[in-house]
Amino acid sequence: MRRNSIAFLSGALFAVGLAVSGMTQPARIVGFLDFAGRWDPTLALVMGGALGVMIVAQRLTRRLSKPVFAGSFPLPSPITIDARLVGGAALFGVGWGIGGFCPGPAVVSLGAATPPAIVFTAAMAAGMVLFFVLCAPKRSPTPGPAIADHDR
Amino acid sequence: MTDFSPLTALLGGVFIGLAAGALLLLDGRIAGISGIFAGLLRQQKTEIGWQAAFVVGLVAGGTLMAVARPEWFRFGIERSWGAIAAAGLLVGFGTRLGNGCTSGHGVCGLSRFSRRSLVATMTFMVTGALAVLVVHRLFGGSL
Repeated sequence: MRRNSIAFLSGALFAVGLAVSGMTQPARIVGFLDFAGRWDPTLALVMGGALGVMIVAQRLTRRLSKPVFAGSFPLPSPITIDARLVGGAALFGVGWGIGGFCPGPAVVSLGAATPPAIVFTAAMAAGMVLFFVLCAPKRSPTPGPAIADHDR
Repeated sequence: MTDFSPLTALLGGVFIGLAAGALLLLDGRIAGISGIFAGLLRQQKTEIGWQAAFVVGLVAGGTLMAVARPEWFRFGIERSWGAIAAAGLLVGFGTRLGNGCTSGHGVCGLSRFSRRSLVATMTFMVTGALAVLVVHRLFGGSL
């Protein structure tokens, strides 16, 4: 229960961060990706701020034997760089550039009930289900290594 | 074009880092939003509780901010419903195929200096920029 409360608070703070920084405004995302036009550097600073804090947090995981309220830190994800990784990221990027939403800002904008965010998020869910139907390996009856579902 | 405000951008970024950092250090979870959201659709018993809590937190945070500052949720670009739906499909399918999005690869992965995440992040930034270039140059900025 305490772990779920932490997840809730983390989600809420994440949402505040995305909204404060302007990431829930698709025009800013498109502006960042518009290197040939009037480039909007906002997203670079947002990532910089987030990375600065997270690099410290990742270092702390090496000092601590385990998370404060959990048994172990997530295992490192696989290191293979393959066609799925690059192809998936490429498709994601195209959708990101067209729609101006990535998953975080889209879900946060559901809370604002703006019609584009609702349509986008519904389609995003459909795209994920499509992937599970077409591409995902069948779930094994025994839970495998934590990687598969912890890997973002 | 929207005005650029470096301080709120950095501040928001720090909030995002604190949120992801707290989830990692307290709960041992990775704040990859595409993975967490997809987890709700797959409904795995051991994970669904915290994933649902995180997503409810995201939406609740969004509602709070929308009440305070509705202008922070302006769409601001010209896209048809078809284009928005196609973009959502690509983002949903692509983030599952590539195992992550801006938060999972771009923040959590890069902060571990993961080469996989670096390759993914560079890839989606390049194809995103190309998509914007095409929309702006071939379609006059609206799609």
